[in-house]
Amino acid sequence: MAENEALNEAFAGDAAFVPYLAAGDPSYEASLEYVEALERGGADVIELGLPFSEPIAEGSTIQEAVVRSLEGGMTPERFFEFVDDLDVDVPLVCMTYYNLIYQYGDDEGPRPFVEKAASLGLSGFVVPDLPAEEAGPLREACDEFGLDLVFIVAPTTAGDRLKRIMDQVSGYVYVQARLGVTGAKDDVSDQTGASLSRLREWDVPKAVGFGIKTGEHARAVVAAGADGVIVGSALVDIVAEGHEADTPVAETAERLESKTHELKQGALAGAGEDPESRGESLAESEPT
Amino acid sequence: MTATDVKFGEYGGQYVPEALMPAIEELTDAYERYVLENEDGFMDEFRQRLRDFGGRPLPLQRADHLSERYDTEVYLKREDLLHGGAHKLNNALGQVLLAKYMGKERIIAETGAGQHGTATAMAAAHLGLPCEIYMGERDINRQRPNVFRMKLNGSEVNPVTTGRGTLKEAISETMRDWATNVEDTHYVIGSIVGPAPFPAMVRDFHAVISEEAREQCKEQTGGLPDTVVACAGGGSNTMGAFANFVEDADTELVAVEAGGSSLDVDEAAGVAPNSASLSTGDEGVLHGARTKLLQDGDGQILESHSISSGLDYAGVGPELAHLVDEGRVRAANVDDDAALAAFHRLSRLEGIIPALETAHAFGWMEENPDELGDVTIVNVSGRGDKDLESVIEETEKRDVEGAVDVGEVFR
Ligand SMILES: Cc1ncc(COP(=O)(O)O)c(C=O)c1O
Repeated sequence: MAENEALNEAFAGDAAFVPYLAAGDPSYEASLEYVEALERGGADVIELGLPFSEPIAEGSTIQEAVVRSLEGGMTPERFFEFVDDLDVDVPLVCMTYYNLIYQYGDDEGPRPFVEKAASLGLSGFVVPDLPAEEAGPLREACDEFGLDLVFIVAPTTAGDRLKRIMDQVSGYVYVQARLGVTGAKDDVSDQTGASLSRLREWDVPKAVGFGIKTGEHARAVVAAGADGVIVGSALVDIVAEGHEADTPVAETAERLESKTHELKQGALAGAGEDPESRGESLAESEPT
Repeated sequence: MTATDVKFGEYGGQYVPEALMPAIEELTDAYERYVLENEDGFMDEFRQRLRDFGGRPLPLQRADHLSERYDTEVYLKREDLLHGGAHKLNNALGQVLLAKYMGKERIIAETGAGQHGTATAMAAAHLGLPCEIYMGERDINRQRPNVFRMKLNGSEVNPVTTGRGTLKEAISETMRDWATNVEDTHYVIGSIVGPAPFPAMVRDFHAVISEEAREQCKEQTGGLPDTVVACAGGGSNTMGAFANFVEDADTELVAVEAGGSSLDVDEAAGVAPNSASLSTGDEGVLHGARTKLLQDGDGQILESHSISSGLDYAGVGPELAHLVDEGRVRAANVDDDAALAAFHRLSRLEGIIPALETAHAFGWMEENPDELGDVTIVNVSGRGDKDLESVIEETEKRDVEGAVDVGEVFR
């Protein structure tokens, strides 16, 4: 399986922070600023959403971001321009739904989309409506162009299913912290520890996402054994608030930067905890 | 389950979030054991309840006045007489019962016209399971009687406000609920859409329509029908009416979609003012399956339109898409005006007020009388009581030939 060096390196440090924003939310120009602010705040990888009209895995926060972005004229072609215009050095992972990947270009199948993404230096994909069973053609195209394909592992994923996914995953595995859809929550799910311990035997980096909102959450997740933390809705909330209050773009960008900093520092604090207890604190509360 | 029931040619599959996959595997296993193999007498209980609670078997009635009008034999498969007033109960009862056999404790469903929601609410009350229905806000406004019926049966009705607030958004929102509560909840999907095993399973629950109709037709006419006509939204009444005729090569199968106000697409606005995905759609992936879709060049799903909320959907069942590609099913469509005229015509001629969805099938017959064979069966998928409010409104806007003069009635 082809591996993208960029993602491996991004996870080589103590604890990686992986923020998500929808590209083009609420406008192309503002969104460029926002994504660049994530890098300044300490992002190690950025998940960039290409909005699809039917985001079935998304909660209301990201659904609304998708609507703002689409109304602002975002399309796959614009998305690629956006990636080209972005001035960031950290690896970018495109998060989108399969129909957009599938429809792109003149040839049937996902290959043209992957080829284009590779030409712009994108590092990989997360496709929430593409389970391992249906991922063959995309995995093949990713291998051809040296991109990673990140899979989501849910709290309900175990046994043969888990093996099937882990056979195909590369870059990092997206550990879904709780059942349900994306959206910031006020606690850290205790399902996380159980999921992480199920994954212990694989050495691909494990990044936990879904519902993480504060530096303290990020610390707890890393202390429980995660190699990275993924945060979307808590950042999209800042974009939404700025949009609704008509806040100057620079000010919203600054808030995104400091939120990113808080989350990254939280993740690092978790990594600094007594290695003996790492991987125990959350896992203990769940039967494995 | 054979491989062809996960995929129908190139169509079908299981494009859903990972969190749902274990539930889908569990459902596949339950479908194979209880439905296909009748384990624990599941199918016997299902049939018994369809009889006692649903009122089956239902008549195949000769439509004397339509037969005269088109100078051919027209028979009506009277699914409008099923408890609840539409074919939907066949599937809802089957799935709620299956959920019970699986030990699930909660039922959720989406609904467009409210017919599937109503049927699910009835089945859930009948079998004693709590039930929540997701329904687009716009549909709630145009189907108020059905909303009240669901409430009467003890179900919650959750309005969906995203997008245009119709069936597409309701399905997405129900999938989100399922992904959150997958461990104790069963999602009763309302048509032959969604990830496998839903399309095959929903077809199997509705196949009783053509199982009865085929026998009745032989008994009453001495042979098989030349033509079977059914409206198609997702296509559940359609596949139910076709399933047992697919192997009868001489029987033509016609799926009539909603032509809406126009077959032209307004890409800039993201709107296809119709629901004719079989006739005009392209292959793509939506709501768990690869099928024919109304989408723009990028793959964004278009907002559909139909005068009938039950047909107002940008996708269609993968099996139907496949049968159309194979040339086994003929895809046709009828516009809003013709469907409304057919609604009035059938009511006047036969004393049967059809659902606006069903009226599309009759609209196609009116426009294509020469295409009918010697014996035609029309699937009367539902009755039109639920549509009276919108029919009054829509009739006032138009000059519908032979319609009741609304202005005079409510003078
Ligand atoms: C009476 C009736 N007919 C047809 C339909 C369309 O559904 P399907 O295409 O799945 O049969 C509906 C949907 O609500 C309906 O209520």
